[in-house]
Amino acid sequence: MEQDYDRREILMKLVELPCSAVLLAVCGPLEALAADGEYDAREHYYGMGIQVDKCIGCGRCVAACKAENDVPPEPFYFRTWVERYVIDSDGEVKVDSPEGGINGFPAGEEDEDTLRAFFIPKLCNHCDNPPCVQVCPVGATFMTEDGVTLVDADYCIGCRYCIQACPYGARYLDPRTKTADKCTFCYHRITRGLLPACVEVCPTGARVFGELHSLASPLRRLMRMSQLQVLKPFLNTEPKVYYANLDGEVR
Amino acid sequence: MQEHFDHLRALSDQVSGFIYPNEVELHWGLLVVLYPYITGLVAGAFILASLEKVFRVKQVEPTYRLALLTALAFLLAAPLPLLAHLGHPERSFAIFLTPQFKSAMAMFGFVYAWYLMVVLLLEIWFEYRADLVRWSRDGKGVMKWIHWLLTLGSRDLSETAVAFDRKAVYAITLVGIPSAFLLHGYVGFIFGSVKANPWWSSVLMPIVFLFSAMVSGIALVLILYYLATMIRGETPNMPCLDKLSEFLLYALIIDLSLETLDFIHRLYESEESIDILSELILSKLFLSLTIVQILIGTIGPMILLAGARFSNLAPELKRVSYFIAALLVQVGIFSTRWNVVLGGQLFSKSLRGLTVYKLELGGVEGVLTALGLLILPFLILLVLVKILPPWEEARGATGG
Repeated sequence: MEQDYDRREILMKLVELPCSAVLLAVCGPLEALAADGEYDAREHYYGMGIQVDKCIGCGRCVAACKAENDVPPEPFYFRTWVERYVIDSDGEVKVDSPEGGINGFPAGEEDEDTLRAFFIPKLCNHCDNPPCVQVCPVGATFMTEDGVTLVDADYCIGCRYCIQACPYGARYLDPRTKTADKCTFCYHRITRGLLPACVEVCPTGARVFGELHSLASPLRRLMRMSQLQVLKPFLNTEPKVYYANLDGEVR
Repeated sequence: MQEHFDHLRALSDQVSGFIYPNEVELHWGLLVVLYPYITGLVAGAFILASLEKVFRVKQVEPTYRLALLTALAFLLAAPLPLLAHLGHPERSFAIFLTPQFKSAMAMFGFVYAWYLMVVLLLEIWFEYRADLVRWSRDGKGVMKWIHWLLTLGSRDLSETAVAFDRKAVYAITLVGIPSAFLLHGYVGFIFGSVKANPWWSSVLMPIVFLFSAMVSGIALVLILYYLATMIRGETPNMPCLDKLSEFLLYALIIDLSLETLDFIHRLYESEESIDILSELILSKLFLSLTIVQILIGTIGPMILLAGARFSNLAPELKRVSYFIAALLVQVGIFSTRWNVVLGGQLFSKSLRGLTVYKLELGGVEGVLTALGLLILPFLILLVLVKILPPWEEARGATGG
């Protein structure tokens, strides 16, 4: 076998090796240190897409959200919930959301009069022009750089103005902390590269979470392929939860 | 907490139609009804006091000092219902320290402090300064020392000094009128600017609040003046009562016109929310809006005031009519606040259902707390009147 290395190269390798070892020894821990601060909010901008046609009203998202985020179990507090719409041929609209849809929905009577029926998952719309942030007297409700609306429970004074200002009923007062609370897009998860709990458990993939500004994200793909609508667009809140095939009756 | 959940469960059983699941709990209750009611009385009483100083309506002079003290007593009590209603009252100071300037509510601290410190306290001090000096000189006992403290070291009774007092009061009143407008207009803005709520969201809201404030403030001073003269065994000054009731009538007419305009405007525009709002008015608010606010609290007093003022009734009967009208006006304005604050929360923002509000007797948000908070300003006023007697004969004489 022919010798690949000449003497000069071997000597160079002999110097390089300990140098690399030293460099690794120094940089390794530095990298570990940097790992904590690795998440850079400026590089992200989140939104959610909801494919109405895919929601089967199983309510697993509601249950997962309550478990993941320690939402009070009583049926008066929801970060996300599911509504069922049944529209009769005479135009009558029946809406219900028993216990926020956490246990699914009791089967409706098969009715010839039913024109169309569907489920609508709801959550905080993380508006780009959020009325809740505008009205908070102390700035306890704020928007992060990555586009998520959060509440600082240590700063909230419990005046509930934000609850009044939210057009979507997405907020509640946590009876334990007496502060306002709402969906965070599972901020503790998404900043670690995980999906929000409701998205993770959805068996039909009705909820699509992702980057709004990255061309490669599944959310962008959904936005390219579907007709999108937001809730109450006339209020100019600029929601970042987009509904594909949303019915005009949904409020 | 279990009690709270049981309460919510009982409410959710009475919901009609569809509401968002988070809407079962009604967030602004009786205490938040009290807040605009009390600040309205402050602004109204102050505007009445200003009539005498700025617009030189001499007839209402007997009520000038009483109106100022009434405004102060109610202003001192005004933040209490808000404070009691907060989830974290101990954090309320954050509104002053780190206000979020885009929030209408964050302006509360500044508007309140401005009105209390710059307008009311200053005006009352200049108005009473000469008397305080005299009382601290000629009085006796504890009162002498209280008055001495309140002079803040001032002793000058010269012509120039008294003339300066007069000028200062005039200047402060000039600033005070827009400030009173600001105080209550701002409260109206808090509700009127909530675009998510079609019952509140109206550009007329601050103006409606202002005129209803004048109505309630004038009526309150009329009631207090009438009672005070009765208790003191005097005959009320009839030209004064006549003028007060005239102003009350005019303010009522403007108030009713504005509210009617708002109503017709909504009906004519017939926006998406009109169905649920009509249902609200015809069911949950029928008693408090149509019967109490409009019939008993507005039209009734208008007829009574107009009838008594512009007829040849005996003075005794006239006075009683004014007094009853003013009492009815208080009931009416309280239900106005009730209908605005609670009415705006009795329907779902899905516009598909009505929610429920149940008064509780005890508890922080209960009727007893509210009664206590309503009685408190009268007690404060009693103390203020003892320290700073607003009666004509107290001027220059020994106070206390």
